[in-house]
Amino acid sequence: MSEVKIRSGNELVVEGAIAAGCKIFGGYPITPSSEIAEGMARELPKVDGLFIQMEDELAAMGAVIGASLGGKKVLTATSGPGFSLKQENLGVAMIAEVPVVIVNVMRGGPSTGLPTRGAQGDVMQARWGTHGDHPVIALAPAFPEEVFTTTIEAFNLAEKYMTPVILLLDEIVGHSHEPVELPKEGEYEIINRKYPDKVEDLAIYKREMGEPPLRPDFFMGYPIHVESLEHSDQGYPNTVPENVEVQQKRRLLKIENHKNEIIKYKTHFTDDAELVIFAFGSMARSALEAIKLLREEGIKVGLFQPITIWPFPEEQLKDVVKDRDTLVVELNWGQLIYEVERVLKDNKVHSLLKMTGMAITPNEIIDKIKEIKNA
Amino acid sequence: MSEKKRRLKLSIPEQEVMRPGNLACQGCGASLAMRYALKALGNNVILDLPACCWSVIDGPFPYSSVGVPLLHMAFETAASTASGIRAALKVLGKEDTKVVAWAGDGGTFDIGFQALSGAAERNEDIIYVCYDNEAYMNTGIQRSAATPYGAWTTTTPVKHFKKLPKKNIVEILAAHRIPYIANLNVAYPEDFIKKFQKAMSIKGMKFLHIFSPCPPGWKMKPDDTIKVARLAVQTRTFPLYEVEDGLKYTLNVKVNKPKPVIEYLRLQGRFKHLTEEQVSTIQKNVDEEWALLMKKIDKE
Repeated sequence: MSEVKIRSGNELVVEGAIAAGCKIFGGYPITPSSEIAEGMARELPKVDGLFIQMEDELAAMGAVIGASLGGKKVLTATSGPGFSLKQENLGVAMIAEVPVVIVNVMRGGPSTGLPTRGAQGDVMQARWGTHGDHPVIALAPAFPEEVFTTTIEAFNLAEKYMTPVILLLDEIVGHSHEPVELPKEGEYEIINRKYPDKVEDLAIYKREMGEPPLRPDFFMGYPIHVESLEHSDQGYPNTVPENVEVQQKRRLLKIENHKNEIIKYKTHFTDDAELVIFAFGSMARSALEAIKLLREEGIKVGLFQPITIWPFPEEQLKDVVKDRDTLVVELNWGQLIYEVERVLKDNKVHSLLKMTGMAITPNEIIDKIKEIKNA
Repeated sequence: MSEKKRRLKLSIPEQEVMRPGNLACQGCGASLAMRYALKALGNNVILDLPACCWSVIDGPFPYSSVGVPLLHMAFETAASTASGIRAALKVLGKEDTKVVAWAGDGGTFDIGFQALSGAAERNEDIIYVCYDNEAYMNTGIQRSAATPYGAWTTTTPVKHFKKLPKKNIVEILAAHRIPYIANLNVAYPEDFIKKFQKAMSIKGMKFLHIFSPCPPGWKMKPDDTIKVARLAVQTRTFPLYEVEDGLKYTLNVKVNKPKPVIEYLRLQGRFKHLTEEQVSTIQKNVDEEWALLMKKIDKE
C-alpha cells in the first residue's frame, strides 16, 4: 500500500484505467461523468495515450471500438442518456467481440431526469439495453479502493473474454471525495488480450464452444474481417441457421461457462445475521453503516454486496443467504429485486426501494429493519 | 439630434416577454440573448430546447422566466422536434405561431448537427437559434466543435489547448441554401432584433447564430460581457453578416479600422497561456477569414 490520497470515484476510474494500461479514451461530456473525460484528457498524454473528444455519444462508442480493434485498451464514460445512445454500438462490440470498457455514472432518469442526482436505475439497461441475445458483464463498485481495483478488473475481463464490460458507478460513488490507499503497481494483476500464434484460413472466430476468440488486431499482417452482421468463423456475413446457432451460443456461453471466475462479491457480518441485506454501489455503503449501528443495539444484520451485477451472482447469493430473510435496498423503484426474488424464491424478500434524487440513508434502513423485526 | 435619439429608442421593442430573475451566471450572454429574442418574437412562440445552459437558466417551478411555452428535449433533437411541432401547427392551421429551436453550440455543432442538417434540407419553417458560448458550459467547460483555436477548456487543458479551428457553421448552413442565416451578437441589440424580425418575416428554415460570452467558461470578468462581445466584432473575429438563400452575403456591421485581436483575447483567461507567436497565428487566421468573407459580400 502507498500513501493516503483524497479522491472521488470518478478520479479513481481515471487512475484505475491508466494503471490497467488504457491508451485511448473516446469522450463526450455528460453530468455526472465528465470528470472522467477531463481526467483522461489530462493523464493520457503522459502515458503516450490519446484523448479524443467526439461529437456525440454514438461517436465516442464508435471510436473506442475502432481503437480497440486497432490494438489498444480503450475507455469511454457516460451517464444514463448517453448510455442509451451507446446501446447500438454496444451490441456491435458484443457481436464482433471487441474489448471495450464503458463507464456509466448513473443519474436519475428517465431522459434528462435528474442530471446531478444519484440513482441506480440503469442496471436493467446494462443487461438488456442493446437488442438481441447477448452476453453482458457489468460491475458496480461501492468503496473508493474498490472503484480503482474494479476498473482494472473491468479491463482485465474485457481483454480476457473479448467483450465489452460495463462499469456502473452511481453519482454518489462518482462524486464522493474520500481518503483512499491504492495498491501499487505489481500488487494487482493486469491481463492483456491473447493473440494466436498463427491464423489458419483467417478463421478468427473458430474456437471451442464457450471460448473467446483468439484474434489478431488490425495491422498484424492478416486481412481480418470484423462484422456487425452475424458471421462465420472467418467473420464473413453468414445466415446459415447451424452457424448462427453455434456463434450465438459460443458468445453467450463464454460468459455463462466462466461466470464463477467472473463474479466478485463481498459479505459483511453475514455469519451470525438474522437477516441479510442485498445492496450494491452507494446503497451498500448506506447498508453497512446501518448494520454497524443496528449491531450496537444487538440487532444482527449482514450485507451481501455484489460487485458483479451481470452475470447475476445466483449461486453465491443463495449460498450466503441460505434460508434467511433478505432486504433489497436499491436506489430505484425495483430492478435487481426481480433477480433476487427469482434466486431466493423460497425466502422472504423485503424491499426498500426509492428514487427521489436523494440517497436512502442508514436511518431509513434501520427503520425498515425494525419494522420487519416487529411485524 | 433629438429625432435620432427617438429612433434609437424605438428600434428595440419595449415589450418584455421574459420575466426578471433567472438562474444564469453573472454576465451571461445567453440570458441577454433570450431577453432580446423574446422582445422581437413576442408571445406567439414556442421554444424547443435540447440539453443546454438554458434548460437550467429558465429556472425551477414555479419560477420559469421565459413566459412562453417551452419543450425541453433530448440533447440531439432540437431541430427534429421543432420540425414535428411545425407539422402539428400546420395541420392545425396555426401558421403564424413561431417555432423556435434554441440550442447551445454543443447541441448545434456536434450532437444535434444531424437533426439540424435534416431540418435545413427539408427547409422546415422554423427559426433555429444557436447561442454560441464556444464550449459545453453546462457540464463544466468541455471543448466543442465551436471552441476556437487556442482556447483552454477542461478537455483541452493548457498543455494541450485546442489546436483546431472553430467549425464554420454559417458556411455549412449556407451550403444547404436555406432562406436566411445570420450572425448576431448581444453587444449589438439593434442589429440583433432586426435579424429576428427579418427571420420572422421569412418562410422556411432560418438559422440565427448568436455570439454569447460566458464569463465562467471564458475565465473573464462578468462585467466585461458586452466589452468582449463588442471586441469580437471590432477585431473581425465574429463578423456580423447575413446570408440569404445560401448565396447573397451582406455585411451588417462594417469594421473599417479593426482592432488587433489581442485586445479581444487578453480579456479572457482561456487564452492566457498563448505565446506571441500563437496570438499572431490567430490574427493571421482572422485576417484570412475576413478577406474570404469580403470576397463573398454582395457589393451591389
